[in-house]
Amino acid sequence: MREPDAPAQARTSPRLALLMTPAFAWLGLLIVLPHVELAVLSFRAQVGPRHYVPSLLQYRTFFDQPEYWRTFLRTAWMSVVATFATLCLALPIAWVIAKIARGRASAWLLLACLIPFWISETVRTLGWMILLRQSGVLPALLVDLGITAHPVELLYRDSTIMVGLVYNSMLFMIVPLISSLESLDNSLIEAAYDLGAGGLTVLRKIVIPHAAPGITAGCIIVFMLTLGDYITPTLLGGKDSGWFTEQIYTQFITRFNWAQGAAFGFLLLGLSTAIVVLGLKITGQRFGDVMGRR
Amino acid sequence: MSQPDLAAEAVVKRFGDHVAVDSISFAVERGSFFSILGPSGCGKTTLLRMIAGFLAPDGGDIVIGGKSMRGVAPNRRPVNMVFQQLALFPMMSVGENVEFGLARRGIGRAERRNKAGGMLERVGLAGAAGKRVDELSGGQRQRVAIARSLVLEPTLLLLDEPLGALDLKLREHMKIELKQLQAEFGTTFVYITHDQSEALVLSDRVGVMNRGRFEQLGTPQDLYYRPATAFVAGFVGDSNRVAGRAAGIDADTVLVETGDGWSVHARRHGPVAVGDPVEAFIRPEAATIGRQPDQLPQDQPAHEGLVESLLFDGAKSAVLLRETRSRREFRVALPQTGQFADLRPGERILFSFDPTRAACFATASGEHA
Repeated sequence: MREPDAPAQARTSPRLALLMTPAFAWLGLLIVLPHVELAVLSFRAQVGPRHYVPSLLQYRTFFDQPEYWRTFLRTAWMSVVATFATLCLALPIAWVIAKIARGRASAWLLLACLIPFWISETVRTLGWMILLRQSGVLPALLVDLGITAHPVELLYRDSTIMVGLVYNSMLFMIVPLISSLESLDNSLIEAAYDLGAGGLTVLRKIVIPHAAPGITAGCIIVFMLTLGDYITPTLLGGKDSGWFTEQIYTQFITRFNWAQGAAFGFLLLGLSTAIVVLGLKITGQRFGDVMGRR
Repeated sequence: MSQPDLAAEAVVKRFGDHVAVDSISFAVERGSFFSILGPSGCGKTTLLRMIAGFLAPDGGDIVIGGKSMRGVAPNRRPVNMVFQQLALFPMMSVGENVEFGLARRGIGRAERRNKAGGMLERVGLAGAAGKRVDELSGGQRQRVAIARSLVLEPTLLLLDEPLGALDLKLREHMKIELKQLQAEFGTTFVYITHDQSEALVLSDRVGVMNRGRFEQLGTPQDLYYRPATAFVAGFVGDSNRVAGRAAGIDADTVLVETGDGWSVHARRHGPVAVGDPVEAFIRPEAATIGRQPDQLPQDQPAHEGLVESLLFDGAKSAVLLRETRSRREFRVALPQTGQFADLRPGERILFSFDPTRAACFATASGEHA
């Protein structure tokens, strides 16, 4: 017969280690290792053929060239705006799915939000191009309706980029919002009405405080997706969309300046971390609470 | 009767084909404690939600404090509600919960804090304003929910089975506390419950509701001693139910034959004709047991049974018998003296009851309670 305690423990550890191996391998090989490599790359400068010295040159270049940090700030600002716009659009949709629609209807509505994501982001964005380009559906419609005399080019504008970003982020905001709204007890809303509150007060005092972890989770996901997006700004905003990921791409692929690209990558990582931390501070929440609670 | 605080006038609510509230009318006197008692699904919650304004009646009108509430939103009614699960706001402190309604009326922070503090003190929660809701016990939460509503000085306080979530001991305690609070504040309470004991203990008047209608509206004593329908007799208090046929009627006394060899006498309530299917309701405390015929009241017909089991429950102890011929169960309350504490199962015993305290109703077709 087995002894109950010690051998059981001894058996658990290797099994646990085995179970964790894929996770650690994934983390180590795909996240830690490349980042260590990129960090090393970003902190050196080439002084001759195959001759490198440790240097802060790459980072200094970023601050010396207005084009770089302007693009950087513009990307950050537009991502914040896109995140906020997504939240404003997603909240009523999530509300309908979680609180108003019943049973099958709510499942169908969620499915309707999900279906576009069965198609790749590139194809979805190309769909927008078909709609918005000068020879596209919407400009032709505007002419037919007599609103514009000639077909207008609706692509390659900041607002077009914004539309694409919000559209591509929608689902990632709606899902955490639905789960946090579903857990809101309807009687709390009724109690607030009963005590004399109007719709806006209920939203401000009851719904948003309750859904705060879901709102924050959705905002973090959407913000990171938007900030790191490449396809949507490039396709909808054109070659000069002024998105920071495009600068990184240019450094790595076009200029073959890996050191500069690595430095840009780290700056973007720092930026997204800083803004997420700032957002959590402002709303008084902790990252673990936000991501742990569904 | 002074001007009623609440009057329902032929209120109707339908859900599809189902009539949840079927033309109900009643009035609640100012400062009284009114209960709506009924089994689950009888329409009492629907009625309460119409009074609160969360549902609109399909017909009739609800008048609160002399004003028709037609088209008045819940946040504009002089009515507050204590919800079944209390619905305290978990994202706010106890004090903020109580201040919530005051803030909605645009009352300044200092006055709000003052009023909320005073109200918490009156419900015995002085100094709890800074606590979180989940730090309170069930009974304390109950009091916060009541304070949150009463601080607004509503014409009417609605309570939707607020004791349902509490355990038995606390429920008994809160029952008394609720009655005291109501007496102290003098606010009109409308209380919904399926628990007849809560309704009897707390209320000045009770409406017994069944299938969307009031079966009877009266004082707790009326319901208990003078039930208007078989449903009320069966639902309010404990009763032995003896179903059979009316074999004979002498003045107001009906002879009920069970068809399996037993017959009892009971007082007629409502129209009963010879040959009708009837039901007699006999309260356990209206019956007496005895080992010898001379231990029973001499003017009552005696019955014979075998002791099935003793149901000891302190002051509410009873003995469960089986009538000898029909083998039907019959429950008799034991006297407080402990006189029959030595009864043994299987023992032969005599019992009797006063026919005038037994209620006989004609069985309505399809009536089940």
